[in-house]
Amino acid sequence: MIRLPAGERMRVTCSVNGKTTSGFAEGRTLLSDFLRHELHLYGTHVGCEHGVCGACTVMLDGQLARSCSTLAVQADGAELTTIEGLAKDQKLNKLREAFSRHGALQCGFCTPGVLASTAHYLEGHPSPGEQDIREMLSGHLCRCTGYEGMVRAILEFAAAKQSEEQE
Amino acid sequence: MKPAPFEYCRPDTLEEAVELLAEFGDDALVMSGGLSLGAMLNMRMVRPEAVIDINRIQQLSQIDIIGKELRIGALARQEHVLASPDCQAAAPLLIKGLKNVGHYQTRSRGTVGGSVAHADPSAEIPLCLTAQNGEIELTSKRGIRRVKPTDFFRGALITDCKVDEIVTALVMPVMQAGTGIAFEEINERHGDFAIVAAAAWAVRDGDNLCYGLGLGGLDDHPLAIHGTTTGKLEPIQEAVTTIVCNSEPLDDRRASATYRRHLAAHLGERTLQQALETAS
Repeated sequence: MIRLPAGERMRVTCSVNGKTTSGFAEGRTLLSDFLRHELHLYGTHVGCEHGVCGACTVMLDGQLARSCSTLAVQADGAELTTIEGLAKDQKLNKLREAFSRHGALQCGFCTPGVLASTAHYLEGHPSPGEQDIREMLSGHLCRCTGYEGMVRAILEFAAAKQSEEQE
Repeated sequence: MKPAPFEYCRPDTLEEAVELLAEFGDDALVMSGGLSLGAMLNMRMVRPEAVIDINRIQQLSQIDIIGKELRIGALARQEHVLASPDCQAAAPLLIKGLKNVGHYQTRSRGTVGGSVAHADPSAEIPLCLTAQNGEIELTSKRGIRRVKPTDFFRGALITDCKVDEIVTALVMPVMQAGTGIAFEEINERHGDFAIVAAAAWAVRDGDNLCYGLGLGGLDDHPLAIHGTTTGKLEPIQEAVTTIVCNSEPLDDRRASATYRRHLAAHLGERTLQQALETAS
């Protein structure tokens, strides 16, 4: 059992984007703040800080998590993937291109979370329909695009990937 | 939007968790998926002295069918329940409800026990549990007890869970083959809390049909009616009207009390009719 008194910090060690890294966190430190202020990974955006907007979504041990609703100490020993990791993922090159071409982002604030969700979703759902994508995107708030571009970009990327694999 | 300082406790076993609860009493809050508690901590709606993180107590995630009961550990993630063949076979109504719980991104961490312990009046998991007249298993140093949903859900975010107790499982009767089910809800955005939600089931019993209907978002806790019918709709419509008229719905910026009553009557009748028609 771990007991960390209020106000005290503990060392949190985790694998972030394939690299073992560590920093210090109080019990109350949010994973989003830990990523940004301790590990200096500013790609994870902080929007509403109560789990609604989805901007801070990251992958935690292979599952999606709202990093603002997760404590940093909970990620001790975990494997994390943030947008900095996804940015280097060659498999997602065409998804990024499609986002750009279809105007799936404007200010880009929500994009790190949207890309994390999309990458995770497509792993388990390789050929989603439009309605499936809209339902998946309902976990993110975007105030610029109206989601249309995102839906088109994801549909196009999924279809291209499918036909590539069939060849 | 940052939590106030608290002592972070991470027990490895249920025994350690109930020991901590006995020590802190009402100064501690239990964290499972963190989707509700995280938001409340961030907004400082709660300022507990200690947070007890149960995420590493593996035994709490177990899903079992024991005799005629489906027992879902409190820490089972909503996504795991959705994907569990046991739950799909034994609790199809819960599965229908779960598809409306939060989003793809939140169901991976959100737990069934957390939703029940949080007790939002319009949450789907408490609603399905109430409609099916399941039970909530509570554990403390004093022992284990089971409570019916109608006794457990006392009001908005208020339950019968005592300060030294922790929700350890949801128990539901295994649905018989041929049970008709229906679930519908109205909300502003898919995955948000329902304005009103209705969950209904019906099963043939000789010449009659046994049925249950749960209504969420109408009162400060889920409401339910259970009964038997020869198949005629009128007496059921009367029962729905009575429960809707006797309820005291919220009247807020999302929906007026009148609108909530209107939705509840409409969705209640429609889901029950669907359930009765599909029962074989």
